[in-house]
Amino acid sequence: MSAIVPMGVDPDARRVSPRTWIIPAVSVMLGSLVTIIPVIFPGGLLPPFGLMMLLAWRLLRPESLKIWSPVLLGLFDDLLSGQPFGSAILLWTICFFVIELIEIRLVFRDFWQDWLIAAGAIGFVLLAGRALASPIAAHVDTILALQILVSILLFPLIARFVGRLDRVRLRA
Amino acid sequence: MAPPKNRRPGFSRRAQYGLFLGYVIAAAGALVGAILLVVSAIDPTGFASLRMAAAEATAPVSTAFSSVTRGLVSIPQAIGDHFGTVSENRRLKKQITDNRELLMRARTLAYDNRRLKTLLALRERTSDAVAVARIVSSSASSTRRFGLLNAGRSQGVREGQPVRGPEGLIGRVLEAGPDVARILFITDPDSVVPVRRTRDGLPAIATGRGDGLVEIKPVSMGDPLPKPGDVLMSSGTGGIYPPDIPVARVLRVGRDSAIARPFAQPGTLDVAMVQRAFFPLPPPLPPSQNAPAAGAMPPTPAPTP
Repeated sequence: MSAIVPMGVDPDARRVSPRTWIIPAVSVMLGSLVTIIPVIFPGGLLPPFGLMMLLAWRLLRPESLKIWSPVLLGLFDDLLSGQPFGSAILLWTICFFVIELIEIRLVFRDFWQDWLIAAGAIGFVLLAGRALASPIAAHVDTILALQILVSILLFPLIARFVGRLDRVRLRA
Repeated sequence: MAPPKNRRPGFSRRAQYGLFLGYVIAAAGALVGAILLVVSAIDPTGFASLRMAAAEATAPVSTAFSSVTRGLVSIPQAIGDHFGTVSENRRLKKQITDNRELLMRARTLAYDNRRLKTLLALRERTSDAVAVARIVSSSASSTRRFGLLNAGRSQGVREGQPVRGPEGLIGRVLEAGPDVARILFITDPDSVVPVRRTRDGLPAIATGRGDGLVEIKPVSMGDPLPKPGDVLMSSGTGGIYPPDIPVARVLRVGRDSAIARPFAQPGTLDVAMVQRAFFPLPPPLPPSQNAPAAGAMPPTPAPTP
């Protein structure tokens, strides 16, 4: 890390370039926009790329996204996902609060723990989203389980990608 | 990993307030999200205008992409086709000979049918096409089954109109924007299509399952379940879907319902035709000026559809 920072002075405060928050926000929005790719999946479900990008940014670079950013990013996702309006706003923000709580307890984390946290968050959002969107009798649980599994397994890739983007972000 | 940068902003009162304000905004945002959820549970089409505005913006992008992805998706198919040609040729030749007899019989039947219909002077209700457009994207990451059609109000598409593809019924229009429309696929858990068996007209209800298949339930308790291989067509009951559109073929039969695969697979469809609703809903009654007493006639007669 850089030189010693005087107490009470935010080192980022002096050189806040818009790209430090634009790149995370835009990459999450692009993740939400994956659903507009015109390949129509009859049975399978696509992983929630917007959520995965958001979690990767939050876990890798806690200072890159403000605590209230999932409200706006979730609103954007709700416009595109087909889920009932408001579900991503609520569920994504809950994820941020819970990660904040975990972060207080678990200061030194490695990637495995990050992955575990992301897995929990993905599972929670997808299960809650299914409960909010579809009636209980709908036969979507098999494909939903598959979607959760694929999303969790894809998370390290997304995290690598976010790491790459982070290098671009901090290259001032 | 090293612990993240300490987020406590030190002794600066202003920075502390800023951090606290962030938490307040986030909590308020979550609350707003919960309220929006309740509102959309009460009125599912409540945020249609917002969603359609987003769809208007994304549909041209999807359309531009679609030729590329169609090409890419068709590559494995083309390779498979190449290797399966010989066996397919043999199978098709056999099918042609099998069908010839059926065709002759159908021709005579069609002739008879036409003659008898003119005899009865039966007036056919034709459901004409409103618009033909491509389906450009779908709600792939949600458990709901929606599609986005590249035609909207300016092309004459309205809510509730049936949508069919070359192979069979796709669904119906849920929300129509100026140039795009959202379609509820028949595989969505909220979709219900009245169907009948082609063989004998046995009526049934086709409900979406959410995993690309539909569930067939008989209309009344005593009715037999359809058998595997049975073909189901829309029956025209209910007035949305016109009759005689192929809907699904039964795969297997369970205890009190059968599982069927729709003919129009939303994975392979690209072109869809929006039709006029078979029996459109009557226009809403004009609000009566004075609330009618019990049994009294409304002041204005209801318009006849």
